[in-house]
Amino acid sequence: MPESASLGAHPGGRVLRREHRPAGRPAPRPGVARAARARKLGVRTVALGYLALLLLAPVAMIFYRTFEHGVAPVWDAVTAPNAVHAFWLSIEIVAIAVPLNTAFGIGMALLLERGKFKGKALLGMLIDLPFAISPVVVGLALILVYGQTGWFGDWLAGHGIQVIFSVPGMVIATAVVSLPFVARETAPVLRELGTDAEQAAATLGASTWQTFWRVTLPAIRWGVVYGVVLSTARALGEFGAVSIVSGRVEGQTQTLPLYVQDRFENFDITGAYASAIVLALLALGTLVAMNLLTRRTRRQTAV
Amino acid sequence: MFIMSSMKKVVMSIRTPVIALILVATALGLAACGSSSSGSSGSGHVTLVAYSTPQGAYAKLIPAFTATPEGKGVSFSQSYGPSGEQSRSVANGLHADAVNFSLEPDVERLVKAGLVQPSWNQNATHGFVTESVAVIIVRKGNPKHITGWSDLVKPGVQVLTPNPFTSGSARWNIMAAYGAQLKEGKSPAEAEAYLKAMFKNVVSQDSSARNALQTFLAGRGDALIDYEDEAIADQKKGSPIEYVIPAHTILIQNPIAVVGSNASASKFVSYLLSPAGQKIWASEGYRPVIPGVAAPGQFPTPKGVFTIDTLGGWKAVNKQFFEPETGIVTKIEQSLGVSTSK
Amino acid sequence: MSAPAPTPAPLGASSAGGVGPSASAGGFGRHWRERAGGQAAGVLGKGLIGIYLSVLVLLPVAALLAKAGSGGLDAFWREVTSPEAQAAIKLTLVMSVIVVVVNAVFGTLIAWVLVRDEFPGKRVVNALIDLPFALPTIVAGVVLLALYGKGSPMGINVAFTRASIALALLFVTLPFVVRSVQPVLIELDRSMEEAAASLGAGPWTVLRRIVLPTLTPAIVSGVALSFARAVGEFGSLVLITGNLPFKTEVGSVYVFGQIQNDSLPAAAAVSVVLLVAALVVLGALTLVSRWRSRHVL
Repeated sequence: MPESASLGAHPGGRVLRREHRPAGRPAPRPGVARAARARKLGVRTVALGYLALLLLAPVAMIFYRTFEHGVAPVWDAVTAPNAVHAFWLSIEIVAIAVPLNTAFGIGMALLLERGKFKGKALLGMLIDLPFAISPVVVGLALILVYGQTGWFGDWLAGHGIQVIFSVPGMVIATAVVSLPFVARETAPVLRELGTDAEQAAATLGASTWQTFWRVTLPAIRWGVVYGVVLSTARALGEFGAVSIVSGRVEGQTQTLPLYVQDRFENFDITGAYASAIVLALLALGTLVAMNLLTRRTRRQTAV
Repeated sequence: MFIMSSMKKVVMSIRTPVIALILVATALGLAACGSSSSGSSGSGHVTLVAYSTPQGAYAKLIPAFTATPEGKGVSFSQSYGPSGEQSRSVANGLHADAVNFSLEPDVERLVKAGLVQPSWNQNATHGFVTESVAVIIVRKGNPKHITGWSDLVKPGVQVLTPNPFTSGSARWNIMAAYGAQLKEGKSPAEAEAYLKAMFKNVVSQDSSARNALQTFLAGRGDALIDYEDEAIADQKKGSPIEYVIPAHTILIQNPIAVVGSNASASKFVSYLLSPAGQKIWASEGYRPVIPGVAAPGQFPTPKGVFTIDTLGGWKAVNKQFFEPETGIVTKIEQSLGVSTSK
Repeated sequence: MSAPAPTPAPLGASSAGGVGPSASAGGFGRHWRERAGGQAAGVLGKGLIGIYLSVLVLLPVAALLAKAGSGGLDAFWREVTSPEAQAAIKLTLVMSVIVVVVNAVFGTLIAWVLVRDEFPGKRVVNALIDLPFALPTIVAGVVLLALYGKGSPMGINVAFTRASIALALLFVTLPFVVRSVQPVLIELDRSMEEAAASLGAGPWTVLRRIVLPTLTPAIVSGVALSFARAVGEFGSLVLITGNLPFKTEVGSVYVFGQIQNDSLPAAAAVSVVLLVAALVVLGALTLVSRWRSRHVL
């Protein structure tokens, strides 16, 4: 896995330290300062212009289109029974998939950075695989394995277990597409951490479990937290894979993204955008959490 | 380094929250397994799996049915999606008691899978519950004066049609255009040439009819080939469109079938085929399949309407026109792509 | 940091319940048992992880490969080299490369501005960067169509062209390079840049010789993520591109179409090709990143 593969500010980077101004540095000449300011402004303009076009405009558009006809229709749309059920189903699926990915993600990161076995490259590839598969293909592959006509179809049917077209299948699909994040965020931190502290704990008599709980886990917790936040955002918004394995039964197997599409199909634009806003707000909530944690990290770094 | 320094601080143990989280997740998981039971197939509950278009109609039909003595106390689960995808899902294990698709092959797939009786269409309406015709949707006021198929190949006319390879329902559109040429007296070769000319004018092939309509409403194109019931539904919503029924066009027939032996589902299907049910269909823009229901003049009869059987039936048509490598339409798309590559 | 709990009994003393190798090494005995227990947990953990990865990744991918090859190697080759498949694959790869190059440049630029610059609303902008990543792709598609299609409030109409593919991909891959570069920039030691500047190096030289080499691993990893996402993207492209075969139909839409046609082997075959392409790029970039970090820092 790429080393600095993190999607949020996290403690990492090797020979890099906090900036500090060396004393006695001569002030720049006025001409140079002006040129520097012009450069700075130019760069800022280009970057913000790009963002305005690509990011701020869509966000503004979403909010505009949602509240175009006032707040009441939006409230009605969001509190419709199917919308509410879709909301809770999305939360439920995420509440199962993300903890699973967290626990196993930490485990996989430990294996990658602390384990001693051949085939680490294969493990890394397996973890990265969900990144490289189109969601539609994920759905197809899951049906090929767990569907009625799939590899385990007969066995599952014989034991009365319904995976595809039921919540378990949707949980699996969601877990697959959000699999890599916790592992990818935690592994680099583990690598930076080094085994010194863990070895010290071991020589002091700590068991493997204690070493993990008391030494390793607290040290990697920011990587874990960022991984969880990203996993959650990805899982909440997942559409393609879940739409194929869900069966789209209203009030039963319709997640919020599926419900958004359902509203679009029925020309209920307000309803669609309203539910999309709910999703965006949920995602923004996780982003706010991430930014709060970023600030805490920076404060600790300033020690 | 940062990590070493943070380790030196007193760090709250996160063991307890993590364990709590796992317990909560497990509890939710168990709850999920419990609630994931798809509708029972005992009488009293019907799971309807249908294509996307009639969702609005069923919003009226289901309450009407449950108000009748046969439908009293029956509860419904509904699923709507692209016809082919829905059919495939049922074949792959999605529980269904009644299915209503856009075209016959989607039901035949379930017959092959042993879910629908082979005798499903041995009834008075040959298994169909609604009909419609292929029409051309234009902007309000018809600024480009489009009156029929021949206008679609004129230079400067931009045509929209959903992709016939991602949307089975889109094939109705293509075969309507092709069959109309034959009915107007052209030879098969000339009809193929027409298709090629029409595809040259196609500027967008969305993955579904609804998406194509969205694209049209977003301002793209001059003419959208669609179904009459969609056009009527959209007009009702106030979209600034009109539709033209060409002189020669295809009769779109939508099948319905019962899956398994759910008594309530059979009653529901009978209701949908009854005069009361058909009247509701008609009010939603679908042509009824039994006589005497539609108001006179409500659904103008095009002078030259034909069915897919005139063209050989879906099996033959699919093979001849839409086969991935040898189909006529496939070859047309290929030739256009290669010669007009950007 | 709290000290690890049980202190081993000193050598020679009898331990509570020690069933160790010898009574005199009772302390070590408990230690060995706990180690053995830890090792058992390690094996169990590996087993569980193996099962998890199998259920979620290994089996589905194996089924995909099996389906792709179900007609034999000839059929696989035929499906993958059919004109429409080729066009779709090529379009996907070309577009993804263009998009990641743009991302590399602008992503770094944006990260620079967010870290080194100050302007009102910076915190809001910083928080919004991840939005494209979190939005369901269908919402992204509808919004982009509204913004850059015919009814565009900004007068830009690129819908149904290849430019729209690039636009949608740039939108959904925006956060990757930015968020990879930001943390590195934050921790960057500016004294080196200032030393170089005071020695007479122009800003461009400073950038080229000092800053960029340090940022390269981060940029590269962001590029890898962008590429993988771009190759598989489906939802946001479906509405705005028009899906015209040979013109604006990307690989994932082609795969979707093949599934709708009941041509599952063809769908699986093209998926495998796209998957391999993404993995190759991911692997190559990982190697580059590892090599550079070994040789530069």
